[in-house]
Amino acid sequence: MIDVINLSKSYGSLEVLKDITVSIKEGEKVAIIGPSGSGKSTFLRCLNCMEDPTSGSIIFEGVDIADMRVDINIHRRHMGMVFQQFNLFNNKTVIDNIMLAPVHIGLYDLRMKKIKNFFIRIRNVFARNKKPLYEIDTTKSEIKAKARENALRLLKRIGLEDKANVYPSTLSGGQKQRIAIIRALAMNPKVMLFDEPTSALDPEMVGEVLELIKQVAEEGMTMVIVTHEMGFAREVATRVLFMDEGRIVEDDTPEEIFTNPKNPRTKEFLSKVL
Amino acid sequence: MLKYLSISKGYVMGNFEKKLAKFWEIFYEHDGYTKVLTGLNNTLYIAVAGLAIGIIIGTLIAIVEVFPKYKRLPRILNGFCRFYVGLFRGSPVVVQLLVAYYVVLPLLGTNLPALNVCVLVFGLNSGAYVSEIMRGGILSVDPGQMEAGRALGLSYGVTMMKIVVPQAIKNILPTLGNEFIALIKETSVVSFVGAADLYVAFSYIGTNSYEFMVPYLAMALIYIVLVMIIALLVKIMERSLRKSDRRN
Repeated sequence: MIDVINLSKSYGSLEVLKDITVSIKEGEKVAIIGPSGSGKSTFLRCLNCMEDPTSGSIIFEGVDIADMRVDINIHRRHMGMVFQQFNLFNNKTVIDNIMLAPVHIGLYDLRMKKIKNFFIRIRNVFARNKKPLYEIDTTKSEIKAKARENALRLLKRIGLEDKANVYPSTLSGGQKQRIAIIRALAMNPKVMLFDEPTSALDPEMVGEVLELIKQVAEEGMTMVIVTHEMGFAREVATRVLFMDEGRIVEDDTPEEIFTNPKNPRTKEFLSKVL
Repeated sequence: MLKYLSISKGYVMGNFEKKLAKFWEIFYEHDGYTKVLTGLNNTLYIAVAGLAIGIIIGTLIAIVEVFPKYKRLPRILNGFCRFYVGLFRGSPVVVQLLVAYYVVLPLLGTNLPALNVCVLVFGLNSGAYVSEIMRGGILSVDPGQMEAGRALGLSYGVTMMKIVVPQAIKNILPTLGNEFIALIKETSVVSFVGAADLYVAFSYIGTNSYEFMVPYLAMALIYIVLVMIIALLVKIMERSLRKSDRRN
């Protein structure tokens, strides 16, 4: 699903990622672990081009999204991302946070279709071979109603439907992060990227967020998770990547990595954190 | 000394009622009040329209200035914006007004009413100041907000306009209120190009009644009251915009 080929990233003279090649298949739950400064987050952020790779390519569904000529916004819609700091929109209520992107994109597509149809109609008056019009099967209000319905369904799923009309500043960290996750889910992504989703949470709120991520995983979503929660990585992941100094040092199943690590660097790291 | 003071005080106060009567005569019976109302209207029109233009221009310039500059086009636009800001912050608004009215307009060969020229000049001028205010506001918003918008597949511009700029405006509202107040007071120079503002109205009353004390005192009072009302409005607006910050 995502093929990373010879990915390198450097900030000035500092080389953060060194020639990484890895392939992530559909349905896989990949956990990325490693010491801080090893490039885990940068690698994850390169997957949806939040950081532009210095060289190399990232093939997502057959398209090289690292290519600057590709309209990255279209491809990012299929890649949900969850941040360490939640990053809910502070000036929008919870439900608007969830609805914003689906509604905006729906309305934008509708408007573009209408504009294109307008020019096709003009063209068809003069041209001999008539071009077919784009089919328009929704209206503005229908798009909004559908997005609202979907948002409420997702909110109900995490038990926060009573918080639909409050602002994010009134919520706890765990609630914010769960809403950030369903905000990403509302776009019906094909892959979810989690950038240390529990690192900024109070210990008592970690559980509820991990529980939701686990549920999403069980539904068969492809996932890439950067995490420091080793127990969680072991339980949920189907594959673990251990990164150190900008390279993927070890790439194996969780059982192998956690019980029988081969690389000395992995052994050292795991002996410290476990 | 005491004697002098009491004499001068007596002189002033003794004449004050007479002056007030004269002022009232021109103000009420000789149509002075319609001139004052037009002046007030023009002053407010120039300030409000100028600020509106200023906010639009300022926002656009601020966005250009904070846009990442890997490519050539943003760099060229940025250079242009720097030049614009330098130009309009570098000279007094009176000079800009005179240049616009007596140099630029004849060169262009158009004949715009003085009032519209004033609106344009004040808009362009405050645009330069608002751009810096707005840039500070945009930089004060958490960069994570932009990242979250981009990660959802929204473009830079859409995220900017829907997420970042509204939060920036909330942060800079007190400063924008300041800018508006400064703008209202600066409009008192528009009579240089013949636009009828409050100053024109009251000096009309003054010249017709041969005394200037009461008219100019009234003018000062009107400005003060105007600014107080605006300060109050800004405060109310701020409170309503801050509602997303409150825990309820």
